[in-house]
Amino acid sequence: MPDSESEKEYWRWTESRYTNPDTKWEAGDIISAGVDVGSVSTQAVVMVDSKIYCYASMRTGSDSPDSANNAIDWALEGTGLTLDKIEFAVGTGYGRVNVPFADRAITEIACHGRGANFIYGPEIRTVLDMGGQDCKAIRVDNRGKVTAFLMNDKCAAGTGRGMEVFADLLQVHINDVGEMSLKVEEEPEPVSSTCVVFAKSEAVGLLRKGWGKEKVLAAYCSAMAHRVVTLLLRLGIEEKFAITGGIAKNIGVVKRIEDELNINAPKPKIDPQLAGAIGAALFGKALVEKQRKKT
Amino acid sequence: MTKANYGYKDGSGEYFITIDTDLCNSCGKCVEVCPEGVLEMAEDDLDPLGDEVIAIVNEKHRKKIKYSCAPCKSAGETKSLICVQVCESGAIKHSW
Repeated sequence: MPDSESEKEYWRWTESRYTNPDTKWEAGDIISAGVDVGSVSTQAVVMVDSKIYCYASMRTGSDSPDSANNAIDWALEGTGLTLDKIEFAVGTGYGRVNVPFADRAITEIACHGRGANFIYGPEIRTVLDMGGQDCKAIRVDNRGKVTAFLMNDKCAAGTGRGMEVFADLLQVHINDVGEMSLKVEEEPEPVSSTCVVFAKSEAVGLLRKGWGKEKVLAAYCSAMAHRVVTLLLRLGIEEKFAITGGIAKNIGVVKRIEDELNINAPKPKIDPQLAGAIGAALFGKALVEKQRKKT
Repeated sequence: MTKANYGYKDGSGEYFITIDTDLCNSCGKCVEVCPEGVLEMAEDDLDPLGDEVIAIVNEKHRKKIKYSCAPCKSAGETKSLICVQVCESGAIKHSW
């Protein structure tokens, strides 16, 4: 029964790849790559002179080196560009020390700061990265350099993985969770814990009580939003404010963060999940330039 | 001013060591005096393009600094912490 309800994978977000038709790698001076091996997703971005040439975004497997290789292979597929022509590759994210072809590993905090600067522009001062297994609040200057950061890496609450668990529980596709959570007439009380384990059992209780899926999702999204807002307030928010990472694509969480902070987060033109890998690739280029200056 | 916050918040409170990486003069005295080896000198993670070596909180201790720092935080004592005392530039702060 391949089509039965029980076999649908509601958590499975869309993997993607892209080649920029307007860029030719052959004509480029510096070709750099950034690979962000996260806890849930892996992105590989290849940049030619600070322009995105191609990228791939896919699920991280159980093996970090494999995930990194798969992502870069998929990104380069059909482009004619090969790994040996990439002058500098930077690894970032949880698995950054396990990227076999990387010339250097850089912390994802620095990369997300830089990536947000690229995606949203130099006016961004506060970045919230909502990843698969942690979230970070980062303050940056006009060049995307980190001036302060705060992360909560002790607990996965308020993150992408939690959202996947909820998508599965409620049998709502992960891409629809945000929209659906906004379809409530009145905002329900947030679930009392963002801990995925506790929140899940609380949600089951609410469903049995007769709450609709929309209402349960609203309660979870607002609990998640509230949790990251406390992180942001501790660090201090300076406008403009932007969100990176997979959850930036969940309008239900984004809208609630905006409402709670009374601030607007700009809509990204580029997939915000790529921010870390973009930052890494930009650092790769800067490091090449630095090396060249020395010699 | 660049503030690197290391640590976490849990049910019992907020445990962060904040190192102002601009104030840190790379002397390394805090690393020498810390009885638990919480601090170490390393290249500045937040500025991958620079070559500066500064004090950071060891990766091993970031998720348990409440316990790692406990020996220096005995109840009733009023004098400030040894790492904070020894830092001439005043770059180290504890949140608890």
